[in-house]
Amino acid sequence: MIDNSENKPNTQQAVELNDSQPNDNTSHDNTSNNAAPNESGNKKTLTILAGVALGMLSLGFASKPLYDTFCKVTGYGGTTRQADVNKSEVIERSVTVNFDSNVSGGLPWEFKPAINSVDVQLGQSTLAYYEAVNTTDRAITGTSTFNVTPIKAAPYFIKTECFCFTEQRIEPGQTVSFPVIFHIDALMDTESRLDDIKDITLSYTFFEVENPTGKLAEKTN
Amino acid sequence: MVSIYGDDAHDHDDGKPGFWARWFYSTNHKDIGTLYLIFGIISGLIGGYLSFMMRMELGEPGIQVFDSYHTYNVFVSMHGLIMIFFMVMPALIGGFGNWFVPIMIGAPDMAFPRMNNLSFWLLPVALICLMISFFVPGSAAGNGFGGGWVMYPPLSTSGSPGPAFDFIIIGLLAAGFSSIFGAINFITTILNMRAPGMTMHKMPLFAWGVLVTAFLLLLALPVLAAALFMLFTDRIDGGTGFFNPAMGGDPEMFQHLFWFFGHPEVYIMILPAFGIVSHVISTFSKKPIFGYLGMAYAMVAIGVVGFVVWAHHMYTVGMDVNLKAYFLAATLVIAVPTGVKIFSWLATMWGGSITMTLPMLWANAFIFLFVVGGVTGVVLANAGVDAALHDTYYVVAHFHYVLSMGAVFGIFTGFYYWFGKMFGVMYNKFWGAVHFWLFFVGVNMVFFPQHFLGMQGMPRRYVDYPVEFSLYNQISTYGAYVTLAGVAAFFVMLIWSLIIKRVPADDNYWGEGATTLEWTLPSPPPYHQFNTLPRISDDDGH
Repeated sequence: MIDNSENKPNTQQAVELNDSQPNDNTSHDNTSNNAAPNESGNKKTLTILAGVALGMLSLGFASKPLYDTFCKVTGYGGTTRQADVNKSEVIERSVTVNFDSNVSGGLPWEFKPAINSVDVQLGQSTLAYYEAVNTTDRAITGTSTFNVTPIKAAPYFIKTECFCFTEQRIEPGQTVSFPVIFHIDALMDTESRLDDIKDITLSYTFFEVENPTGKLAEKTN
Repeated sequence: MVSIYGDDAHDHDDGKPGFWARWFYSTNHKDIGTLYLIFGIISGLIGGYLSFMMRMELGEPGIQVFDSYHTYNVFVSMHGLIMIFFMVMPALIGGFGNWFVPIMIGAPDMAFPRMNNLSFWLLPVALICLMISFFVPGSAAGNGFGGGWVMYPPLSTSGSPGPAFDFIIIGLLAAGFSSIFGAINFITTILNMRAPGMTMHKMPLFAWGVLVTAFLLLLALPVLAAALFMLFTDRIDGGTGFFNPAMGGDPEMFQHLFWFFGHPEVYIMILPAFGIVSHVISTFSKKPIFGYLGMAYAMVAIGVVGFVVWAHHMYTVGMDVNLKAYFLAATLVIAVPTGVKIFSWLATMWGGSITMTLPMLWANAFIFLFVVGGVTGVVLANAGVDAALHDTYYVVAHFHYVLSMGAVFGIFTGFYYWFGKMFGVMYNKFWGAVHFWLFFVGVNMVFFPQHFLGMQGMPRRYVDYPVEFSLYNQISTYGAYVTLAGVAAFFVMLIWSLIIKRVPADDNYWGEGATTLEWTLPSPPPYHQFNTLPRISDDDGH
């Protein structure tokens, strides 16, 4: 590189020189001119910005509980609601609830609903069964997850008893029945964008648990 | 008028340390900027090699170049990661940002020079991690990670059990922290170290672009770091299950986290280029930029709205139609500030005294190509249309028009505009022009036919395709040859201008149109500038 260190005037600039300060810079310390006010200001800005970055990092990690809460409130991703008792009134309108079942990743269980579908009135509590058979000669522990489609109906699909997210151990050749008690909140009828809902599908998926914790809960709420 | 740099510019050694200390312990913003540019060129060659091999493979149906499908997917994934994190970002933000932000705002250096050194040296470490990942086992299918630059689980967790993806996580975390440190440095410098009289509303648009970019980096990259860390613990045997439905997690949550970072990321890559193009258009039209404040706040608006549109990358995950409607509308809103920028560039040129120099050519090509990419972006923003075009070559064409041609043309605009200022010698006009025309024709040949392929339904990320798609793929591959020739012309230009025939550059070799502070300094600027700070008068333009 060429070291053009000539100090020649420039004709095109709209910049004025601060002539009041003579050459008081003996060192090459390039912030020496007004270092004092800058240094403290810079430290303050640095602290604030580092705080912002750390805040976003913690928000990133907090996304798991935030996302779960969001899904529960809005039914996003087909997340259903849970309740202890059915408080909904029963109304005329009815929908067909279809039951779907599958197993993930080659879990050697036969897992299917006892009936494929049922017509229910809004607000009416309904009991349905899923059945699982362990077709192998070893005991296997599984855990299940579920969702509801159409997604917009999920917030009104309320389960008072289900077998999701708990470890289920099935002995070789054993058949186990899993009850689900649910109702569809009659409030669904008040929302016009849900007027087209005639079918709701409840789907369960079983996964194999490789390292069972041993505690077998009977039900969640 | 008098010169604005201090008396120590008379020292003939200019206070420069020896070679090792100067380049390896460097805390000087100009030297670090040069290091970033060299690093960007090296990464660009690696990323370009990967894409060239992909184009060779896709030149005709069947398997030609790659011995396994997995290796092709590894090339696709690594091309994306290397080009984004190690080519565009270092060159635009680290390179030009370090070189010219302090000079343009009249500051002697960056606020935290030693942190600046750390920011740079984290990057080679990160790149080495990514290169190692090529050669260590990824999945049962072979070495390297082939899950795409988006790294969605379960392909990146249970689907890639080998150490290859762990190296990518480490590398990206290092690159991410490098960018966060750099962002803190830029924001502090711009907010606290502007010269007397340089108010925010007089600040050059490139500094505005880098300021908004730095805020986007600061807010978006920690989220990526968190998501990568969660992937890391999910990958451990018996570890967490953030993204594992069997453990109550949700793989879709990773997509949300990734795109909450990923969408601002695309603006991170383009906003500094917006700033550079504004200066070049203004310089060679010999007019101040049209609607300066509108231009500055359009960038701010793009940055703000860019944080609330991320799920338009995931219309097909099965989201509610109302949610789609929101993300559709919010995405289309971004076209408004972007339109403000395009029209202001055109209005700046309107009635201007235009000289078609090489940087002006690149800048005009940038506007044209960015508009093409922007228009296809508006098409893709529509959730209904996207259901058909999602993950097809239409999307590939779209984002290469805004990045491979938008951001990269922005980089070359800045490179040719400031070449003389940075290196003290003028670029060779002939080889520069050869570079431009080959590159312009080449990239258009590569990517324009890909719109048609996408409309016909050719999916991305496949090593092979039915024979019906071969015509446009052939044209695209010929385009890759032309682009390669353009890259060769770039290196001929570099060697010619820097070694064979050195033509010293004047202080202000662009004449009266160039009004920002870097043109008041010699070419190249002294090792330490502004020992006496410049004062910006009230009637100063931008």
